[in-house]
Amino acid sequence: MNQTSTDINTIQAVNLALDDAMAADVNVIVLGEDVGDGQEGGIVGVTRGLSTKYGDSRVRSTPISEQAIIGAAIGASIVGMRPVAEIMLMNFTTVAMDMIVNHAAKLRFMSGGQTHVPIVIRTMTGAGFGTGGQHADYLEAWFAHVAGIKVVAPSTPADAYGLMLSCIEDDDPCLFIENLPTYWNPGTPPERGVQIPLGKANVVRSGTDVTVVTYSRRVHDVMAVAERLGTAGVSVEVIDLRTVSPLDTETILTSVAKTGRAVVVHEAVKPFGVGAEIASRIYESLFRELKAPVQRVGSRFCPVPFSKPLEDAFVPGAVEIEAAIRATLE
Amino acid sequence: MNPYQPPSSEVLVDIYRRMVLIKQNDERFRAVIKSGKLVMPYYSPRGQEVIPSAVSTCLTDDDYICTIYRGVHDMIAKGVPLKELWAELGGRVTGTCKGKGGPMHVTHPASGVMVTTGIVGSSMPIANGLALAAQIRGEPRVAIAYFGDGAANIGAFHESLNMASVWKLPVVFVCQNNGYAEHTKYAYGTSVPNIAQRAVAYQMPGITVDGNDPIAMHRVARDAIERARSGGGPTLIEANTFRFHGHVFGDPDAYMDQHEKAAWVAKDPVPLFRAWLVAAKHATEEQLAAMEARHTAEIDAAVEFALSSDYPDLAELRRDIFKDEALA
Repeated sequence: MNQTSTDINTIQAVNLALDDAMAADVNVIVLGEDVGDGQEGGIVGVTRGLSTKYGDSRVRSTPISEQAIIGAAIGASIVGMRPVAEIMLMNFTTVAMDMIVNHAAKLRFMSGGQTHVPIVIRTMTGAGFGTGGQHADYLEAWFAHVAGIKVVAPSTPADAYGLMLSCIEDDDPCLFIENLPTYWNPGTPPERGVQIPLGKANVVRSGTDVTVVTYSRRVHDVMAVAERLGTAGVSVEVIDLRTVSPLDTETILTSVAKTGRAVVVHEAVKPFGVGAEIASRIYESLFRELKAPVQRVGSRFCPVPFSKPLEDAFVPGAVEIEAAIRATLE
Repeated sequence: MNPYQPPSSEVLVDIYRRMVLIKQNDERFRAVIKSGKLVMPYYSPRGQEVIPSAVSTCLTDDDYICTIYRGVHDMIAKGVPLKELWAELGGRVTGTCKGKGGPMHVTHPASGVMVTTGIVGSSMPIANGLALAAQIRGEPRVAIAYFGDGAANIGAFHESLNMASVWKLPVVFVCQNNGYAEHTKYAYGTSVPNIAQRAVAYQMPGITVDGNDPIAMHRVARDAIERARSGGGPTLIEANTFRFHGHVFGDPDAYMDQHEKAAWVAKDPVPLFRAWLVAAKHATEEQLAAMEARHTAEIDAAVEFALSSDYPDLAELRRDIFKDEALA
């Protein structure tokens, strides 16, 4: 990838968002495993420099205790702090599910609105680095299935910056998913201080023949296929959800009403996934206007494999994406 | 630490006031459930009145508690207003949580009841967070995590005690050891004779106390709360007590040792403490009788308020999911 002098990567973009948020609001705190500079500011350095700048009280490296990390964030948020808690890898959210699902997501409702939980849970994931079955899953559908939590999955450094600012300022719990293998990919820099609204999708490519709905890393794969098909005379509209939940149904339906064809692409495994939800919403509203059945593309229904050829075949690639698009055109 | 001064008559009577208020409410909850006018899962705290009553006299409204499904005594002791409490248990819109939480999720920030959880062990991680906020802001607040003996066997207990100790958080872990984890007797599922022994593993004071002795309980609570407030870090208190009823209302408690139960009920701390207060001249019979009569009237009014209140509007199903109702 060509990097210009002003480009930044997602590590730098999230770091910048945290830095700007901490500078603007003393209630913003960061906690998680290895996040402090004494521990090198995180295993890939997303929080590097923050504890030196804002102190060890506001930027706390924690024990490897995911329940205690999220619990501490929840408790502090109830009384007005804005904690950004890091759960290093998305698979590790499984050991904090009680705190996230039973507490963070539900306390506003169960208290009748007397308390709320303005936390951000940062987590990274994604296949491609040979980390095997417990370090690379996309589990966003699990969280999107729970009322009360927002699920955000940026695809570019600039989006990561603007969406992170929104998540920190948002009064509800937000799960913020960062893709690990593309952390170092450069992108255009964000506009400092400008938030990107939650719950609003981004139409990243206009087209007239087919709509592809995607998010996180797979936006880039879809865009590459769309550009190639464009030269072959197929006009593909690409929607980057940015926020998985609440889902921007309106943007999806507007696009599909125009194209009459839809494909959903995500890295999470296909069965019972976000693609199924989006396909259902399209059918519920646009069944008679569809020119073809909605296609879903996701990872194979197995644990993330280690061996490189298996891992490469596990995730949806250009071949599967193009085949799904072409299937809607037949 | 200041040398321990026994509580004044005023404090002793205040502990009793909270104890008897819990007992009177518990009796009424069970009666009204039996009458069919109140339908809820009810986890009676009868027999455990002393613990939160003594603890709460050492707290202010600015201090926080997180409690659990068997926590109505903790809520009453901390000062949740009876009308709103009863209405919440009745699922009414006038309840603390508009009827949306119910008995296992009563929340009343004005009296410091920040979270009530129905998940065993989950009061502790969140109490840490309340304490963390106080520590970062330099506020002299203390957070109490109430939980049962069964919760000392779940991972959250161990994670929370470790983190609280590492960070010297102003939190007090109050284990109400009533001898039973749901239907399972303590020794059947717990590796140590006393929960407080586990504090050693986390480098914090661990104290086992007779949780049915108001003065002993007050002393231990006062010391732990003072330590937390002054930056000395967390304490694990194991307050031994007994549950007079089954796990949940309607549970015939056949798994309980009936001789053991009878022995504990014979030592019911509420009438025992009452008799002691009068004998030791901390209060007169007339004063306490008048107090109890006031409670009866307050409970009468609370029941009437709850049962005559409306149920929440169905629009509440969309509210309080997110801040923005349109997103739900």
